[in-house]
Amino acid sequence: MRTARTLVEDTPRLALLSLGACIMLAPYVWMFFASLKPGSEVFRDSLTLWPETFYAVENYTKALTAVPLARFLLNGVLVCSLILVFQIAFAVPAAYALAKLRWRGREWAFGLVMLGLLIPYHVPALPLYVGAARLGLLDSFTALVVPFSISVFGIFLFRQAFRALPDELMQAARIDGMGEFSIVWRVVMPNAWPAATAFATFSIVAHWNDLFWPLIIVQSPQMATPALGVLFFRAEEAGNDVGALMAAAVLVTAPMIALFLLAQRHFIRGIATAGLKG
Amino acid sequence: MPEALALSAPRRATAVLGEASAAWFLVAPAGIALFLLLLGPSAALLALSFSDWELGAPTLAWIGFENYAELATDPVFRAALSNTLVYVRVVMPASIGLGLGVALLIESGTRLRAFFRAVYFLPVVSLLVAMATAWQYLLHPTIGPVNKLLAMVGIAPVNWLGSSDWVMVSLCMIGVWENLGFVVVLFLAGLTAIPADLYAAAETDGARSGLDRFRLVTWPLLGPTTLFVVTITAIRCLRVFDTVAALTRGGPNNASEVLLHMMYREGFSYFRIGYSAAITVVFLVIVLALMLVQTRLLDRQVHYG
Repeated sequence: MRTARTLVEDTPRLALLSLGACIMLAPYVWMFFASLKPGSEVFRDSLTLWPETFYAVENYTKALTAVPLARFLLNGVLVCSLILVFQIAFAVPAAYALAKLRWRGREWAFGLVMLGLLIPYHVPALPLYVGAARLGLLDSFTALVVPFSISVFGIFLFRQAFRALPDELMQAARIDGMGEFSIVWRVVMPNAWPAATAFATFSIVAHWNDLFWPLIIVQSPQMATPALGVLFFRAEEAGNDVGALMAAAVLVTAPMIALFLLAQRHFIRGIATAGLKG
Repeated sequence: MPEALALSAPRRATAVLGEASAAWFLVAPAGIALFLLLLGPSAALLALSFSDWELGAPTLAWIGFENYAELATDPVFRAALSNTLVYVRVVMPASIGLGLGVALLIESGTRLRAFFRAVYFLPVVSLLVAMATAWQYLLHPTIGPVNKLLAMVGIAPVNWLGSSDWVMVSLCMIGVWENLGFVVVLFLAGLTAIPADLYAAAETDGARSGLDRFRLVTWPLLGPTTLFVVTITAIRCLRVFDTVAALTRGGPNNASEVLLHMMYREGFSYFRIGYSAAITVVFLVIVLALMLVQTRLLDRQVHYG
């Protein structure tokens, strides 16, 4: 089955996969080349990829100045990092207690986690929005971050990872006089690195790309995340300029793609594991 | 480890209490957050779906199932529900069929594996709103490259996103493009888990052609993966929102209205909280039903498999 084939034998496989790859990459290719052209050229002939007039500087300048695009990107980085830090701070100790400690109510608590796994995040959105409005927190970082600070999927994933760790590891630390809290962060966590990176990539991708919640909670461009920023940009005058619009799309898509190309394995494992959650 | 056991046995009795209180201390923050941010609001949502509350209204009345009764007669909701189900019924099988094909092709050779895996996976990590904008350009009725290509072979231009006949077709195509890589990666994981000697055994038993090996080994062993992929992809499809919000806003004439987008519109544009909550409950019930079916089928596989 898996014997090495000659290049000729492998040609049909490569041809089919390449054909599919061209379709997969088509929007990226046209997006990128349109971002280098002046609008008039895009209108005249969109099949030719290479620009006659090189207009990249104008397009990208317009993308960065028509709306605070750099601010959107910064907001995205800030929101994603804060969410990840909170998620780990909440989920890891709980996952450890669920995986390794014996206490009454453990099964019951795990049942609640499983219940939480069944609920898509769109379900609590409406009451959370009302709550945020009551507290005067609309259009704030708090509202962008706090609803996601608890990740039941994170608890679930870390619990699975911690269960695989040998009990002797914690016994030894206890004999050394460590408390449970420092065991969590100094013994257990460093030994569950694969789970942590998988979870981190999953979380970052999910929240960088999320549109639903920012669309609900953000009103002013100052607070927009990259996903929402694209919509703000389109609503502006510059949104009718295809070249500039594509430049903006390139700028907001690039960071995650760059990160993906740098850490492919982690990304793919992270998303595949996250399939569990759906 | 007799020493460790000897140490831990007497420790146990005194440690149990300490262990329990440590555990509660460690779970408490997550537990409180879970109630405040997920379980509590979800329960509140369920309650709100039985009310006529509108944001800004000073009072609310409990109206029983009236919101649900209104949904049953609301043509927009019918469009949203049927469009969402059409989207699931088209995008899910298409992504899974194509995804399985791509995964098998990638796995069946050694050349360029990582490259193709990365290419097909790229849309999964890309900002969907931005890519939807790129698709909008590709599918633009007059300047879009897709129509220009079609014109070269003599096909009249199609108003992909602007006509009610084509808008769901276009959204479904983008949906397949978006979900394909996800399916490929899950199937690749399933395929690598199949032991290679099973193929060798099948071959000695006379399964000569690739198709025979697929039928006898790959497909049965991929069963649990497939079931899992079906549920996950179906739920991902049910949650279609970004492309609709970015490209069509449910239009033209509700031809591309979907559940989550209608919920968003009713709740956050018209502030009809009770009505919007009822739509969310319908959405949740469909998601839960899918998960229930998956669990049932998995159980059956364990019993008869």
